[in-house]
Amino acid sequence: MGKTKNKSGPLARRPDNSAFKQQRLPAWSPMLTANTVLPFFYLLAVICMLLGVWLLLLVQSTQEIKLDYTDLGNCNECFDLRRNVSNAAQTCSCRVEFSIDKSLKGDVFFYYGLKNFHQNLRRYMDSRDDGQTLGRIKNLKKNPSSYCAPFDKDNDGVPIAPCGAIANSMFNDSFTLNYHLSSSRSVPVPLLRTGLTWYTDKNVKFRNPRADNLTLAEVFEGTRPPLYWQKPVYSLDPHDPNNNGFINEDLIVWMREAAFPNFKKLYGILNRADPIFEKGLPKGNYTIDISYNFPVQHFQGRKGVVLTTLTWFGGQNHFLPIAYLVTSSLILLAAVVLTVAWWKFGKDGKNMKE
Amino acid sequence: MTVLTDIPEKWLPVVLPIKKKKKAGFGGGKSKKKRTEEERRVKANDREHNEKFQYANNCIVTSKYNILTFLPVNLFEQFQEVANTYFLFLLILQLIPQISSLSWFTTIVPLALVLSITAVKDATDDYFRHKSDNQVNNRQSQVLIRGSLQNEKWMNVKVGDIIKLENNQFVAADLLLLSSTEPHGLCYIETAELDGETNMKVRQSVSVTAELGDPNNLASFDGEVVCEPPNNKLDRFCGTLYWREKKYPLTNQNMLLRGCVLRNTEACYGLVIFAGPDTKLMQNSGRTKFKRTSIDRLMNTLVLWIFGFLVCMGVILAVGNAVWEREVGSLFQSYLPWDPPVDNFMFSAFLSFWSYIIILNTVVPISLYVSVEVIRLGHSYFINWDRQMFCSRCNTAAESRTTTLNEELGQVEYIFSDKTGTLTQNIMTFNKCSINGQTYGEVTDPLGKQPKRLDFTPFNPLANPDFCFYDEKLLESVKVGDLHTHEFFRLLSLCHTVMSEEKSEGELVYKAQSPDEGALVTAARNFGFVFRSRTPGTITTTEMGRTVTYSLLAILDFNNIRKRMSVIVRNPEGRICLYCKGADTVLLERLHPCNQELMSITSDHLNEYGADGLRTLALAYRELSEDEWEAWSESHRCADKATDCREDRLAAAYDKIEQDMKLLGATAIEDKLQEGVPETIALLSLANIKIWVLTGDKQETAVNIGYSCKMLTDDMTEVFIIGGHTVQSVRQELRSARERMMELSRGKTEGMEAWAEACFMGNGMKDGQEGDCTTGRGSKQLHCSSLPPSASGDMDSISGEFALIISGHSLAHALEADMEAEFVSTACACKAVICCRVTPLQKAQVVELIKKHKKAVTLAIGDGANDVSMIKSAHIGVGISGQEGIQAVLASDYSFAQFRFLQRLLLVHGRWSYLRMCRFLCYFFYKNFAFTMVHFWFGFFCGFSAQDVPDHRSLEYPKLYEPGQLNLLFNKKEFFICITQGIYTSVVLFFVPYAVLSDATQSNGVPLADYQTFAVTTATALVIVVSVQIALDTGFWTVFNHMFVWGSVGSYFTIMFALHSQTLFRIFPNQFRFIGSAQNTLLQPVVWLTIALATAVCVVPVLAFRFLKLDLKPQLSDTVRHTQLVRQKRRKPGGRSIGGAWRGTGSVSEGRLGARGGSRRSGYAFSHQEGFGELITSGKNMRLSSLALANFASKHSSSWIETLRRKKTNHTPPSTSGECSPAPSNVSGTCPALSNSSSVLGGSQETPIEEETDAAVVLSSSSHPAASEPAEPRAPAQVAPVDSSTSAAARTDSPGGWARSLETVQEALFGRRGCASASNTQVPPCDATETPPH
Repeated sequence: MGKTKNKSGPLARRPDNSAFKQQRLPAWSPMLTANTVLPFFYLLAVICMLLGVWLLLLVQSTQEIKLDYTDLGNCNECFDLRRNVSNAAQTCSCRVEFSIDKSLKGDVFFYYGLKNFHQNLRRYMDSRDDGQTLGRIKNLKKNPSSYCAPFDKDNDGVPIAPCGAIANSMFNDSFTLNYHLSSSRSVPVPLLRTGLTWYTDKNVKFRNPRADNLTLAEVFEGTRPPLYWQKPVYSLDPHDPNNNGFINEDLIVWMREAAFPNFKKLYGILNRADPIFEKGLPKGNYTIDISYNFPVQHFQGRKGVVLTTLTWFGGQNHFLPIAYLVTSSLILLAAVVLTVAWWKFGKDGKNMKE
Repeated sequence: MTVLTDIPEKWLPVVLPIKKKKKAGFGGGKSKKKRTEEERRVKANDREHNEKFQYANNCIVTSKYNILTFLPVNLFEQFQEVANTYFLFLLILQLIPQISSLSWFTTIVPLALVLSITAVKDATDDYFRHKSDNQVNNRQSQVLIRGSLQNEKWMNVKVGDIIKLENNQFVAADLLLLSSTEPHGLCYIETAELDGETNMKVRQSVSVTAELGDPNNLASFDGEVVCEPPNNKLDRFCGTLYWREKKYPLTNQNMLLRGCVLRNTEACYGLVIFAGPDTKLMQNSGRTKFKRTSIDRLMNTLVLWIFGFLVCMGVILAVGNAVWEREVGSLFQSYLPWDPPVDNFMFSAFLSFWSYIIILNTVVPISLYVSVEVIRLGHSYFINWDRQMFCSRCNTAAESRTTTLNEELGQVEYIFSDKTGTLTQNIMTFNKCSINGQTYGEVTDPLGKQPKRLDFTPFNPLANPDFCFYDEKLLESVKVGDLHTHEFFRLLSLCHTVMSEEKSEGELVYKAQSPDEGALVTAARNFGFVFRSRTPGTITTTEMGRTVTYSLLAILDFNNIRKRMSVIVRNPEGRICLYCKGADTVLLERLHPCNQELMSITSDHLNEYGADGLRTLALAYRELSEDEWEAWSESHRCADKATDCREDRLAAAYDKIEQDMKLLGATAIEDKLQEGVPETIALLSLANIKIWVLTGDKQETAVNIGYSCKMLTDDMTEVFIIGGHTVQSVRQELRSARERMMELSRGKTEGMEAWAEACFMGNGMKDGQEGDCTTGRGSKQLHCSSLPPSASGDMDSISGEFALIISGHSLAHALEADMEAEFVSTACACKAVICCRVTPLQKAQVVELIKKHKKAVTLAIGDGANDVSMIKSAHIGVGISGQEGIQAVLASDYSFAQFRFLQRLLLVHGRWSYLRMCRFLCYFFYKNFAFTMVHFWFGFFCGFSAQDVPDHRSLEYPKLYEPGQLNLLFNKKEFFICITQGIYTSVVLFFVPYAVLSDATQSNGVPLADYQTFAVTTATALVIVVSVQIALDTGFWTVFNHMFVWGSVGSYFTIMFALHSQTLFRIFPNQFRFIGSAQNTLLQPVVWLTIALATAVCVVPVLAFRFLKLDLKPQLSDTVRHTQLVRQKRRKPGGRSIGGAWRGTGSVSEGRLGARGGSRRSGYAFSHQEGFGELITSGKNMRLSSLALANFASKHSSSWIETLRRKKTNHTPPSTSGECSPAPSNVSGTCPALSNSSSVLGGSQETPIEEETDAAVVLSSSSHPAASEPAEPRAPAQVAPVDSSTSAAARTDSPGGWARSLETVQEALFGRRGCASASNTQVPPCDATETPPH
């Protein structure tokens, strides 16, 4: 506008003759014509079809074993024991047996699964303090985020670490998988308990407070573990001192809230260093020794374990290929209908010319 | 704001009487008016007495706020808007922590932004209103206080004050004229601001006060005026003046109304009767209303619906929450106990209801309103930037003064147009003439060269330089001294009621009471017959350089029945001659039979002129012998003195002498239309827009303009005229018009055929262009199918073209509550409606009526203060800018310089705005329903994206406009389609990722079913789906579209990665806990496969439906685009042939319309008023100075020649001019000396002046026989072969239906003067006993 002011004469106030201002920008004006739409439909149908078939083949090559151990076998006793909250301090372990008919080849992943556990409630998801788990002393020792309430401080007013409902309700069953070479001889199946998380979670999002030559226990001094925890956060993993505190992988896995009430979380990965398990899990009988701690009765939940092998695009997932195949056939159907309609009624832009 | 300061009363009509009452104590006078006034008593010069009545003073307040009231009032107004209240409510909810699901600043920031921007805008507007209020209120006026004139501000003027006005001053209040410097207490005013008429009007004071004269006498004037209370009737005033125990009736003739300008009067004194808000101008100004578009209203409704929907959802979810909390949540309490105040599930449900309300509020995010405003702002800029709406003559670009109405421009159904200054330029030009069977003024150069404008100055130093004429032949004819031509112009210079003013020598200013007359007299002036001055008894002219003084024996004045005027003059030689000009229908009947031949030729010419839309007049003269004059003069005196039925007697007397005249010729005056008006109107009516003309002008003028701008055509089945003065008669007329319409359309199959043929013709014109038969055929169907006027109820069946003409007083009755519906149904069945003689308020009422009854979008266009109320009450007001007045522009929503820009505004900008807005809204609701997480710039970019058909195409296919009128593109149905699509999309977007991800894991085994991954997947899928959708919606991909569509996808990813970055997390760990989600998610092939699947599932059905719709049931716009594509492909190098085609269409259609033959409209002084002749002959309106000048001039008639001669000798060498050379070859010896007087005079200095004048006198006397003689012998010879009956038939036929109907108009209008018209017709057309012409 400043330019126009400088001009004078009878055309001083004439608007600029730019293509934009005159709405004359060169434009590409696509039209939905039969020449473009129909081939597109056929092409899309073919692509979906190919994808669907390919994915289906991939999915068929994976294997999965699911086991609900909530009240399976002798876990029934533990299940009853946990029904009463006052028995929380008592330990209980049980054993579940299963067999693998066809060996699981390649990497085998061990998950625990929960049903009907609502990690996706808004108040539940808000009930955490990322500042604290990032290792901020202020959030750790003075005032955890108010969103953690009522799990921010214990009755004495001492801050809880890690605070909040999520951490408080952490899944605390533990599993030992045994492979029965024969009826008498069994070997424990080695599981890697690290590398279960996102890189960013392990290395950025969760950090222990700065140690400065202090032991982890000293760093967490002045805090209390969450109400339902038996162990403090700095001794979660007795085997690996580097897997303690906020960077404990089980904690991190648990803290990544599931989107749906039925979910599974990674517990361990088969360590294939052992020559027996070099090619995965051989077929045979297995048992799982479970330290049964996590009560599910009161929310009518179920617990389970999953063993699975993966392909490049993840675990066994039948929905995707089938969805692709269905979509493909629907598109094909639509394409045929459109072609007929076009052929009969609208060929060569008949309707356009009238 | 330099413009504002020199605008007179620019804000005048902006007053809101109602609003003012609300704010007591601000400004003056409004709090006082509580009770309704019964009558008004005003005592002159007695402020104490008048104060008792607490009349409003002259202070005017148009502003809405002051500093203290601004914030509360403005906020109150803003929160009346549903959306603002809604968001305020949300904000309050969000401040409660238990239910706040979103942080409170997500609402307060946009809300505060919206509120403050609006507030700033309002404040600025009000500031300027304050400024202009102050400017007007502080104007100075001279008030007579205690015997002396004192300067007072306008706002301090009180009722009962006597104020002095000077020439060219605005009248400060409604005044009773007491006296003026002019004789007889006359004064002249221009009322353009009030009624749009630019001709001057006379006002006269009551004779007793006129004598008061000077201030001293006036100071002691203590008359009391008792009159009606303030009202809005501009043409009526009723009151009585009590003074010295006598009563004097007061009428509108004694009033000077606020808004008028004093002209031609040195000064005058007036008594303030109504001041400030009570003045008629203010009473006439409509109410300012906040205008909003139908889409706005729809949007508000939808917001309410959505709110209802939201509440429903909230309730459902809350119930669900209650159930869940009871069944599951209560069990889950050990992990997630209820909040301390939430000790049971019911309360939790209650809280969750509100939380859901907040979460789901994004289905109507505030960004909708912001985006809508931004899009409108963009469109407004496009309108401002449009070069094709720039008028280079007045250097004015179109301006969109509001930014809120753009899309409604695409929905206009009714246009209400002012006439003067809007359709016409209000310039009358002498365009053509026919003299003695020879037509002049038709310049058709086959080579299409621009004809050269004639230069009159060398020929005639008195010529008006502004006069335009192109035909040299006429000037030649004058120069060679053709006697008919001379007589023709002599008539024009004598037969009129124009007043002249000669400020300095040779600088003539004509004060014509009607612009037509002014044009004629100016034409005569330029062709050498200069009217110089008049006295009550003489007219002084300069004919071909010689001054001639005629004695004026009688003026046979104009009136509406006579439709002619004559003068009887005696020339210096003593010959008496009657010159008559008038409507051809009237005049041709009064010719001597010997004129048959000439008459038929002239008649043909008149037909031609009429077909061109020109206002025609026939000219005739008759020489009278002394005896005839004496005899008639006696009878005239008799009639004049008669006490009963004087007017009829006079008319009869006039009629007696205006017989056996000889035809001189005819003139054609062009009431210059604005450029491109007929084309625009034709185009707009093709777009199914109905155009009503509302004008303060006379019926004849309005009708004439109706014809010349092709609103009325001769093809019309019937033109109805409503002119009743009573409720019954108006009702009767409306009914009969309707019955007639039904009748005609019922029994009219051949009419339909004819109409179909017309369609075909219209189509033919399109076919004509470059063999473009596809489009032509495409449009035919539509034109014909939708042309029949649609009306309500039984009027639907009416076919055929009708027009309705209604006058102001009938309209007043028609607008009454019980007749409204009847009027609307009749008027809307007509193709054209013309309302004449309407007051500004009536204009607004008509608009309101249509708004009320038709639920249609209305547009009012006008240029003057009298259009302001109409402009304000219409949905869209358009002001014509670049003219003198600016009030209309200030009240308008859009302004541009020329009427023809309307087509572009509506058909191009309006249509685009509407389309874009609709697509935007559809898309917006779609995407909001699809998912509530969105970004503001989605709304922003699609504002530039929905262009569909190039602009010239829009103009070529006006039918493209119709979807807007029918509101096809965004209505509740479309809305539901949109939200259904949105919900479908949201279902797909939720359940596809759900089904896929719930089981899927990353390739390293980490499950993908976590909340953050799911959120990122769904959001990405949403962005991609809506981007594909917008890409599908985009008709025209310009650089900007690419930029914004790709840019928006790009920026989504950018922003997402930024939000999920480590940096932000490290600073605000609790706010940005999505760290790493983006990269972890988007690196997974499963996620992409999911997104692809979701996109395909979302888009494919849409694509299929669109394709089917396009293929099987294409819209016109699709067809146009298709043909455009085909054409582009066919001939790529074709260049700009399309533009040419369009232009071709315009001209072809014009040609077709212009070819409508056989109609002739006589334009006798359309804006002429009766009784001016009387004023002249009585000498009342002669100023002393001008009388003296006239006397002086007649005595020393040749003084200007002398001066001229002196000048000549000083400046130009004597004998250089060779221009006189062709002149001597002429017939009469004395003529050449005259034809170029200046040069000849320059050469013969020593010629005595007396001799000159003598020669002139001799010439003028000898020219009479010369003029009549050649006509005399020829006429009988040539008339003989012509069958008199056929010629008569031709004469009656030729005027066509129009002339007949005009007569009915006249009858209807002046039916009450039955005896006058009867006496008129009784007189036989040709009286053989009358003195035969010599």
